[in-house]
Amino acid sequence: MTDVWVDGNELAGPLRELFDVDVTVARGRCVGCGREGMVAEAIVFDRAPGLVARCPGCNSVLLRMVRGPGRAWLDLRGVTCLEFALPDTP
Amino acid sequence: MSVITRGFSGRGRRGADLPPGQYLTEDFPVLSAGPTPKVDLDQWEFGVTTETGQRHRWSWPELLALPSETITVDLHCVTKWSKLGTTWRGVSIDTVLADVDSAADFVLAHSYGGYTTNLPLEDLVDGKAWVAYEYDGEALAPEHGGPARLLVPHLYLWKSAKWVREIQLLLEDQQGFWESLGYHNYGDPWREQRYWGD
Amino acid sequence: MARTAILGRLIWRVATVAEIREETDAARTLVLDVPEWPGHVAGQHVDVRLTAEDGYSTQRSFSIASAPDSSTLELMVQRIEDGEVSPYLAGVASPGDRFELRGPVGGYFTWQTADPAPVLLVAGGSGIVPLMCMIRTRAAESSRVPFRLVYSVRGPSAAVYATELARRVRDDKGLDVAYVYTRAVPDGWPRPPGRLDAVRLGEAGWPAQFEPSCYVCGPTGFVEAAADLLVAAGNAPERVKTERFGPSGG
Repeated sequence: MTDVWVDGNELAGPLRELFDVDVTVARGRCVGCGREGMVAEAIVFDRAPGLVARCPGCNSVLLRMVRGPGRAWLDLRGVTCLEFALPDTP
Repeated sequence: MSVITRGFSGRGRRGADLPPGQYLTEDFPVLSAGPTPKVDLDQWEFGVTTETGQRHRWSWPELLALPSETITVDLHCVTKWSKLGTTWRGVSIDTVLADVDSAADFVLAHSYGGYTTNLPLEDLVDGKAWVAYEYDGEALAPEHGGPARLLVPHLYLWKSAKWVREIQLLLEDQQGFWESLGYHNYGDPWREQRYWGD
Repeated sequence: MARTAILGRLIWRVATVAEIREETDAARTLVLDVPEWPGHVAGQHVDVRLTAEDGYSTQRSFSIASAPDSSTLELMVQRIEDGEVSPYLAGVASPGDRFELRGPVGGYFTWQTADPAPVLLVAGGSGIVPLMCMIRTRAAESSRVPFRLVYSVRGPSAAVYATELARRVRDDKGLDVAYVYTRAVPDGWPRPPGRLDAVRLGEAGWPAQFEPSCYVCGPTGFVEAAADLLVAAGNAPERVKTERFGPSGG
């Protein structure tokens, strides 16, 4: 069975349309199983009406995104939160 | 304004008899929000659950024993490809609901693997929808939703839930997987209802 | 943890095909002029968008092959890939043709010369592209960080950049390249064709106690198998970075 998936690196371009930071290097914790990892390490299904990122451990949906004409929708309910490392500016 | 790339035409082509914005394709693209569920036919079950919690269930042999129909329909995916004249064999939802007592107006379809999609009940009845288990004369392949999928050809194909497991009848509409993330609640390809507000 | 860069606005830019270099029977390099290219880090990718006259458009991601100091941007396309973008770029695109691209994007699968750790690159088929970018960047910046590349291909004729890699092994001190041939081997090759396994990885890679930075790229199945081998060999999972292409590479 040839399931087709890629990984969270694929989200870099689409999420860059929404955020000025690179979300693929943010860390999140899966609401389903508690596994922690970087968004880039998620399993991503991109042959769909939207992008679906799933936990490599338990396959729960971590985040989803749809890009429509002139707008986009983002659902982050599958991660407890995202942690970003940011430079501290004075 | 996008730059047009010389010599690029994609695989599809426009057609006068297609819904707006669609492109005709000869192949059958496989789209999925997750891995293909693997369900043992011994374990497989399809169900209807009413708004009062009444459950009707069919095992695989029981589904196959129901009267079936062979139909030829056109498919329209919201990702813009259309495939015309596809032949399926399945059980009409009218047959499935024949002995089901319900006052519900809405349906939430559930699939193995967790996918969901919602529709008005009236869009599943009167010959408009099937539980389909054969495509093009052969057992429905897992990548296309086998062993059985919902088939509702008058709406965008995301409503034709692959790997269907249950039809849940509801008194109030409940958004499914894509409907909760920007895709149109109803999804009529002829009115180009792709996204919220269309 | 990887530092989040605050990035500038990401826009679709027009890329013009300047030159095409046939790499193998099945792969070609597109050399692109992209005005005001903001620069990139080795390992990043771009999203390419093609639009037809009737308005139909489709996108696909490609890893950047050229080092950051290059005045042109290079991508690699495989002829056998399915989809719509690759067949166009691999078969129809000619010098002068234009399309859109967006990038650079991707801060996870990157290597910069400031990282002192020895580097292990594991490529499956078209997964060589971002790793080649790292190799080229290393040379452009005169880095002495030791690099080992393990490159899994069907056969010698499928190895992209083979000539350049041989030259770099000779000239860029501290680079070693080992091939894994899965279907056909060169004449006189000491072993039969076969997939990458723990033994071969052990011979060709760095010992885990050197704590190398590992980068694995290629089709999903290859990446998962190779990453599992690296972790089983004692590399900490957080030192093994992966980039999965679709089954036909990208």
